[in-house]
Amino acid sequence: MNVTRKLRGLSRELIALRIANELEDGTYVNLGIGIPTLVSDWIEGRDIILQAELGMLNTGPLASRDEVEQDLINASCQPVTELAGSSFFSENESFAMIRGGYMDTAVLGALQVSEKGDLAGWQNPERGLPEDIGNIGGSMDLAVGARKVIIAMMHVTNDGQYKIVKNCSYPLTARGVVDLIVTDLAFIEVTPKGLLLREVAPGLTAEDVQSVTEPKLIISPDLKEMQL
Amino acid sequence: MDKVYPGVDEAVADIPDGASIAISGFFTAGTPIPLIKALARQGAKDLTIICMQMGPGNEDINQLVINKQIKKAICNYPFYRSASRGANSPTEQAVRAGEIEMEVYPMGTFSEKLRAAGAGIAAFYTPTGVGTVVEQGKEKRKFGDRDCLLEYALKPDYAFVYAYKGDRVGNLSCHKTARNYNPEMAAAGKITIAAVENIVEPGDIDGDMVHIPGVYVQRVVKVERPRYIPTID
Repeated sequence: MNVTRKLRGLSRELIALRIANELEDGTYVNLGIGIPTLVSDWIEGRDIILQAELGMLNTGPLASRDEVEQDLINASCQPVTELAGSSFFSENESFAMIRGGYMDTAVLGALQVSEKGDLAGWQNPERGLPEDIGNIGGSMDLAVGARKVIIAMMHVTNDGQYKIVKNCSYPLTARGVVDLIVTDLAFIEVTPKGLLLREVAPGLTAEDVQSVTEPKLIISPDLKEMQL
Repeated sequence: MDKVYPGVDEAVADIPDGASIAISGFFTAGTPIPLIKALARQGAKDLTIICMQMGPGNEDINQLVINKQIKKAICNYPFYRSASRGANSPTEQAVRAGEIEMEVYPMGTFSEKLRAAGAGIAAFYTPTGVGTVVEQGKEKRKFGDRDCLLEYALKPDYAFVYAYKGDRVGNLSCHKTARNYNPEMAAAGKITIAAVENIVEPGDIDGDMVHIPGVYVQRVVKVERPRYIPTID
């Protein structure tokens, strides 16, 4: 399943920008570790409230060196700032919010996504740990609880393996939860009929994207280049 | 009623071999490091540690592993994210060698097990983990159109919690994101020991600002405010 050629697409920052443009104003959003965290750089000033799952709503930008407060961090252990209207609560209440359906969108990273919207993201078997041991963290609750799940990831692995697959071979985070997949190469919607390719990165074709995607893509009649 | 102990060593002195201990903290925030260090000095063995992580942000917990005090760890994000850093961490090495038994739960399930224990609830059903390795060996039941897993309450013998401010009868007030697991662990522990930065007299904390009512806290001990830059890298 080695992918034959290397395509040039968006940077991690521009994947985050495409996702930021997809988020709606007036919504509550949780950003996972990795590329999802970069989305916060593109939504400053917008009417979007970020949740940090250790127990904060309306998380502000990363703290500058002078602003660092050790009791004010995000879920990646980075010092952050408060905004007008920030609130604090327990981690338990934070996950009650998540499972309770109060997060409009979760943006998560992934190791694999299947054409049925299954998500595998919490454990890479190459690390060689027992199959039920690893950093599950908040990923399973977010995948199940958020109303909409957007995956932010590179389209293939560093050594050219498919990440968008027919069936996930890595341990699952949740089944059938993914709504959108945004990669360096494409913007794909998970539909009951399969994966719908809606946008390609500038300069790429649908054939390019299909060549690095294991399941057969449905090509949208409105296929277009990503607007950034 | 006065729950203040003279020091952290006195506060943990009676913890026996085989005890289960919930230790709060989300990485660096709200982590009762002085109590962890005191437990390492105290030396109780065959412990079950209930804690989000075993190293990242709470490196002092490694001493318990090095001392071979831990029999089992119940976590939700146990290891360093970096595989290379993890391979050098005492906990990951002990788990790989089979010296520490480990259970991992999704983060929301982990804290709900503690909340349930503190609230007298025996077990609960949650949709989280269905269709994953988490469902292994658990009862699955359908509510409406949704499959859920049965998860049991988790009641530790002791809980180590952390607060910015606390009074002599154990009312605690936390600071910003350092609240995290502290309220649920305090309620779950049969004996809850609070490491407190500022001990004040009853009445000095506005009742509206109490995040953990004193009924859940059996011991209060003063600790110095740590100084660090939060990071897990």
